[in-house]
Amino acid sequence: MADETLLSARGLSLSFGAIPALVGVDADLWPGEVLAVVGESGSGKTTLLNVLSGRMAPHSGVTWYRDPEGVLHDVHAMPMPALRALHRSDWGFVHQNPRDSLRMGVTAGGNVGERLMAQGMRHYGRIRAEAIDWLRQVEIDADRVDHLPRTFSGGMLQRLQIARTLVTHPRLVFMDEPTGGLDVSVQARLLDLIRGLVARLDIAVVLVTHDLAVARLLAHRIMVMQRGVVVETGLTDQVLDDPQHPYTQLLVSSVLQA
Amino acid sequence: MLRTEGLEKQFVLHLRGGLRLPVLAHVDLHVAAGECVALVGPSGAGKSTLLRALYGNYHADAGRILVRHEGALVDIAAAAPRTVVRVRADTLGYVSQFLRVVPRVPALDIVADAARGVSREQAREMAAALLLRLHIPARMHALPPATFSGGEQQRVNLARGFIGGHPVLLLDEPTASLDAARADIVVDMIAEAKQNGAAIVGIFHDVAVRDRVADRLHHVTPLQDAA
Ligand SMILES: Nc1ncnc2c1ncn2[C@@H]1O[C@H](COP(=O)(O)OP(=O)(O)OP(=O)(O)O)[C@@H](O)[C@H]1O
Ligand SMILES: Nc1ncnc2c1ncn2[C@@H]1O[C@H](COP(=O)(O)OP(=O)(O)OP(=O)(O)O)[C@@H](O)[C@H]1O
Ligand SMILES: [Mg+2]
Ligand SMILES: [Mg+2]
Repeated sequence: MADETLLSARGLSLSFGAIPALVGVDADLWPGEVLAVVGESGSGKTTLLNVLSGRMAPHSGVTWYRDPEGVLHDVHAMPMPALRALHRSDWGFVHQNPRDSLRMGVTAGGNVGERLMAQGMRHYGRIRAEAIDWLRQVEIDADRVDHLPRTFSGGMLQRLQIARTLVTHPRLVFMDEPTGGLDVSVQARLLDLIRGLVARLDIAVVLVTHDLAVARLLAHRIMVMQRGVVVETGLTDQVLDDPQHPYTQLLVSSVLQA
Repeated sequence: MLRTEGLEKQFVLHLRGGLRLPVLAHVDLHVAAGECVALVGPSGAGKSTLLRALYGNYHADAGRILVRHEGALVDIAAAAPRTVVRVRADTLGYVSQFLRVVPRVPALDIVADAARGVSREQAREMAAALLLRLHIPARMHALPPATFSGGEQQRVNLARGFIGGHPVLLLDEPTASLDAARADIVVDMIAEAKQNGAAIVGIFHDVAVRDRVADRLHHVTPLQDAA
């Protein structure tokens, strides 16, 4: 792991009316590192992901992204086209609901190939070959390449979204409850897949989850949020096995075994 | 290789009215390369707590935990989390009492993933050899250990702990659910690790096993419970 952060946020605050969704949040992410953001429903996890990825602007605070050339970019001051270009290349976003990012009227292969085309790849044969390779990596049969996503199960849709996201080899991926809403057995398979891909491709991930077992399995570090405030942060197994903050102790004690 | 200075640890149970449970105070432990120190003390004295603190799994409230990592001393009690991740990968190995099974991952991969500085192919060969040595038959290597017996899971855990040849090894009851013949294999593995220069801290319930592997004892004494 390099010594310079990939992403750094300081003092992020954002309220929705009287609701403080983020209160003075600091966050750092190093290349190749998986950071889990946990906390109960409404604690500000999704909001944090949206702000870190520039999809929402904070009321105050700053987020820096370091590009592969080492140049720092102020995520909230970037021109829109530059931010969009980042989202198409260096970054990826995995939504809880795959329908939010997949194009349901385009074939599975098209969904994956589209990201490559957006990056400027033009050779149809190569795009198709790459798309099929990625379907295989997420354990979707190659003969489904021309099928529409609407014929896919929930777990397959999520895997298709992951293929679509990773095909451009992003350095940084934001994930919002990637296993939410799936059966336990489907979840295990997806988690195993994410674990393998993230380690092999050396991707940095900000992973939002309310499931502490998912955080333990995937994340190097963890941030615990309560009402928009980061109440505890540290090594994942230390925070889960020896939580210091009352809220973290409550969170850990209310699950069977994470 | 490993030294603690004035290590202190208490648990504060916020869900029980902030009850304070002091467990460790003034712990000064040192372990040299090639040496095995056994932690001894009554149940609940804090042996596992100490071992977990050494690994960075439990938070140390005061004092230092110095580990020689790539030629320099790192204080586990103060190091950044990502530094601890690196120290664990290259220097500090830990065998917990129970295996935490990862869904869908075969025993062989669980062990091979912990190898250091070898190719994927070599790691798998080493993992298979180590599992066989611990009497986990080849037909079980491709299975996820979720359905294994307690003793089988512990042996997978041991294989994972020893495959990396980490310079510092922390062992929590590594022979607890093994029969005598299998415990003997573990005793041999510990002796070999010592010969290769590993510094080992262990908790061994079985006094016979302890006497065979430990060079010294470190006593962990229960602290007075405070309110
Ligand atoms: N666009 C919005 N308009 C108004 N309030 C919002 C908006 N988005 C989020 N909020 C509020 O901000 C708070 C944080 O919401 P957020 O979606 O970040 O929570 P979360 O931690 O992701 O929860 P969950 O686990 O349920 O997804 C909540 O109280 C929510 O109602
Ligand atoms: N995560 C934790 N949270 C709260 N208290 C803890 C935690 N871990 C250990 N303790 C407490 O610390 C004390 C020491 O426990 P520890 O497991 O270290 O004892 P031990 O010496 O290993 O005992 P044994 O020989 O029975 O394994 C016990 O009172 C235990 O309840
Ligand atoms: Mg959310
Ligand atoms: Mg113990």
